Amino acid sequence: MSFPKSDIITSPRVVKTLLSVFAFGALLLCAGGSIDALDAFVRHGSNVNGPLTPPLAFPFLIAPAVGALFALVLDLVWLKNAARLTRLRAATAVGAISLAVPLLVAIGFVAAMSSDPYLIPCASTLLYLTCPIYALTLLTLLITAGTSRLENPAEHVALTLFAAAGCQWMLFSGNLLFAFVTLELASLSLYILAGFDKRDPRSAEAGLKYFLYGGTAAAFLLFGFSLLYGLTGTIEFDAMARALAEQPVTPLLLVALAMVFAGFGYKVAAAPFHLWAPDAYEGAPAPSAALIASASKVAGFGLLANFAARLFNGTASADAPAGAAASIAARADWVLFFAVLITASLLLGNIAALAQKNVRRLLAYSAIAHAGVLLLAVLVSALSNKAGGVADGNADRTLFYYLFTYGLATVGAFGVLAVMERAGAPARNLRDLAGLWRRSPFLGGTLLVFILSLAGIPPLAGFMAKFLVFAGALRTAAATTANPLAAATGGTIISGVLYAATLLAIAASVVALYYYLQILKQAFIEDAPAAGAGDNAAAGDAANTAGAIKTPLSAGIALVLAAALLVVLGIWATF
Amino acid sequence: MSSLPWTIYLSFLGAAAALAAGKRSARAARWVALAFALAGLGATALAAFSFVPGAAPQVLVDVPWLSLLPAVDPSLAGDAGAPRVFARYLLAADGISMTLALLTGVAAVAGILFSWNIERRAGDFFALFLALIGGVYGVFLSADALLLFVFYEIAIVPKYFLVAIWGSTNRQYGAMKLVLYSFAGSAAVLAGLVWAFAATGAADFSFASLAAAAASAKLAPAAAVPILALLFFGFATLAGMFPLHTWAPTGHVAAPTGASMLLAGVVMKLGAYGCLRSAALFPDAFPAIQPVVAALALAGIVYAGLIALKQTDFKFVIGYSSVSHMGFVLLGLAAATPRALAGSVLQMFSHGVVAGLLFAVVGRMVYERTHTRDLRALSTLPLHRHLPFAAVVFVLAGVASMGFPGFSGFPAELLILTGAWEHSKLWAVAAAVGIPVAAAFTLRAVSLAFFGKGSGSEAGTAAGATGAGAAAPVLELHEPLPPITLAEKAGAGLLLTVSVVIGLRPDLLLQWIEPALNSPLFQALATAANK
Repeated sequence: MSFPKSDIITSPRVVKTLLSVFAFGALLLCAGGSIDALDAFVRHGSNVNGPLTPPLAFPFLIAPAVGALFALVLDLVWLKNAARLTRLRAATAVGAISLAVPLLVAIGFVAAMSSDPYLIPCASTLLYLTCPIYALTLLTLLITAGTSRLENPAEHVALTLFAAAGCQWMLFSGNLLFAFVTLELASLSLYILAGFDKRDPRSAEAGLKYFLYGGTAAAFLLFGFSLLYGLTGTIEFDAMARALAEQPVTPLLLVALAMVFAGFGYKVAAAPFHLWAPDAYEGAPAPSAALIASASKVAGFGLLANFAARLFNGTASADAPAGAAASIAARADWVLFFAVLITASLLLGNIAALAQKNVRRLLAYSAIAHAGVLLLAVLVSALSNKAGGVADGNADRTLFYYLFTYGLATVGAFGVLAVMERAGAPARNLRDLAGLWRRSPFLGGTLLVFILSLAGIPPLAGFMAKFLVFAGALRTAAATTANPLAAATGGTIISGVLYAATLLAIAASVVALYYYLQILKQAFIEDAPAAGAGDNAAAGDAANTAGAIKTPLSAGIALVLAAALLVVLGIWATF
Repeated sequence: MSSLPWTIYLSFLGAAAALAAGKRSARAARWVALAFALAGLGATALAAFSFVPGAAPQVLVDVPWLSLLPAVDPSLAGDAGAPRVFARYLLAADGISMTLALLTGVAAVAGILFSWNIERRAGDFFALFLALIGGVYGVFLSADALLLFVFYEIAIVPKYFLVAIWGSTNRQYGAMKLVLYSFAGSAAVLAGLVWAFAATGAADFSFASLAAAAASAKLAPAAAVPILALLFFGFATLAGMFPLHTWAPTGHVAAPTGASMLLAGVVMKLGAYGCLRSAALFPDAFPAIQPVVAALALAGIVYAGLIALKQTDFKFVIGYSSVSHMGFVLLGLAAATPRALAGSVLQMFSHGVVAGLLFAVVGRMVYERTHTRDLRALSTLPLHRHLPFAAVVFVLAGVASMGFPGFSGFPAELLILTGAWEHSKLWAVAAAVGIPVAAAFTLRAVSLAFFGKGSGSEAGTAAGATGAGAAAPVLELHEPLPPITLAEKAGAGLLLTVSVVIGLRPDLLLQWIEPALNSPLFQALATAANK
């Protein structure tokens, strides 16, 4: 199969310009980012010991960006005339190394820290802040390597890596500007990735819709940020928190928060800002959709959690003005923003998923439903950092555990679809999955793990994640009710929201099981539609065997890794 | 004692082995599955021989499982900074666990023997079957509420596939209904569990800590009522409590024989067992839901019995009879005197064995030979002549099910009724109405299914068949029915033997159950419920 060579992106002048822009931007961001990141790292809710981070942080953060540039240079300079497959493999190898090395270093650090029981909380923080995004991106890359038919493989890999870098930096951002710039770096890369399949109009549609909604959301976010800046006179989260704790809640502040929540709500695909998600999931190339649904989610929720935990829990300085008593930190207004998003996401996601016939759209609506539970986790995390709360890092750990394991299951599910599409088997409608257990027992088995984990069936990680969120939410609710200080400051509202959201989420999980079983029903119970009209078992068997699907090695490794992690993390959910 | 945890591991290993063996042949898969089920039963029997009954559960395994990060406080040194364990992999057995583990072992072996003719995807079938069994063993042996819940859910999912792939009538509908009801029940249980944990401030999820925290002054009994209600009615869904029972008849009917034996035999017991344990966790809140439980149990006994009396599908008769008999279990729980509780546990065991046997006769021996379960059709044929073995087994099982002396149902129902009498005479009288109803629907099924009008020789059969009303379906035999296989005879023999042995010597189980009910938890329940 040959591909047209003369492509705008391979013309030398464009390449040079692109390269220099990317390199310059990446370097700039790295420099600013790593300093900011170190700062955030030391202060993120706690306690990562100073001496451990500096040697880790800078190379850790810039590795994917460097890998992206190297992959591009390698492809354009040395592999210009190589076969597409060679270029794909070379770029993937570079990308995998640039993600795997920092990942292993970070895990090594965590392992070293865990030997001292006193450092376990720090080790835990370090682990969940560093591992999920790179690990999920790495799995996505492996799936790409096994299944991609796209032209310009190196660009695809490079953009994936830029997205990973943007996502990782988002987690470490401690001020509005850096948060916005990193978010845009990740988003711009993902817009292109969504529309990357130039031969498929659905991909273009996905890219365009994702971009239009994303651009609007970014405008809202930026507007909210600038209002916040106007109200507080600073862009640093911590200084803003102090300033907000010293002034009463004004309508302007609520408008600013509404804007910010709209922006974040878009980023994490929470209802009612979810409209892009089904289209983007449906049309984007499978690996891009996997990335949008996993690593980018981790980053969005991580940033929101960081933002909420710091901004709404500021403590006024000692010479606090009278405004402190009516400040956002002392009131429960912001909890209501969460309440609206959680309720809408749980209801809309689960109910709309029931009606879906397309697997990817079903996964998109299930993602919206999961966003509801995740927002509950974010809310608990923000509340547990409150003065008088239990600031022990459990809520953050739960949030990231949920994000990571949810990401694994989603990447896995998209991986299965990608492998099927690669083998020429359609994987759009639920019906297309019929008889998967016989066409490929391997894909069927891994899909079973991913879907059951998404449905929250023990002993898989999806169950533990939900359980930990619910237990944390009710523990926080009980603590808030018991705490007279908190009870005076909107505690009744807070505990009411927590109880209601938890019960709603548990009830919704029953609805969710129905649509997840629709996937498994096709994959394990139905037979593949026979080519002829034959309805009998023999014809069905023949069709099943005829449509056998082979799994490429690298995608197989990624699926096995994801499934194994879901089982292992489900059993050892806390460590 | 240490062989009990192996029941769990052997079952899950067996599931993997059966899956692998299924790639070779169906024959290999079923022998592997039988070997692992026998090994599980053997491990239970081994533990039973050395079991010393006592009030305190005997701890089998205790490993830290889930922990919370400690609050970060530099002033704390040493152990204070260590993670706090809040859930343990804690397996323990008291007499109740032991009884039900034994039931699980018997039901697993019998279920596999009655699934001997599964040819299609046999490896998958036995893998799911054994995975379900592993979950069931796990539930009965867990002494940590969260661990119990995990095993409970592990047991739910295989049911869907067992029914939906190998089932018969309306299998997809029955399977989905079954699994959604179970999952809805377990969602209520999950809500109750996390709520109990948060509200009591218990140190961990073990029964002992939860009960201790609930008993402490921190949680008012009134506040514990919604928690107990969530737990109890969540579990009761799976126990087939009226009016949440409707999954049971459709599910049982849709399921393949082996799976319906398990569903009625052990899975419904999971629910009843969960009800028993959760009531013991919140004894002070129990009186608040006690009348509701009793009323629903009584309604179930009578209503399901009456419905069974009207069914034309043979399997629906047995399905509704299960609901009716589980009503007795729930009534015993509601009365909550030591005698009634002992009766409940004994009834769980007894019903597990007897219902398994009934489903085996209907599903495997009759349906898979005659290809009909319509009682009107069956009544056109003197089936007792064609399948004398099935007829004998069904009559014996029916007699056991009616609660005749000499079979396990008798001591169980007697204990429940006398226990209920101790609590409230009205309950006992109302429940006693269920016994003639049970006799009526069982005898009706026996006479219609096995002693049909057609009499005499084969020729007579044909004549009788043509003579029947035009509207009624007619069963005609064009060739002799296949004989009862050895596997079926072995399975039926096993279940019948167990039922008779326990019927004649109920003390074999009661000597385990009664000491367990003397533990402080159940004493508190009995005291609170019978003030």
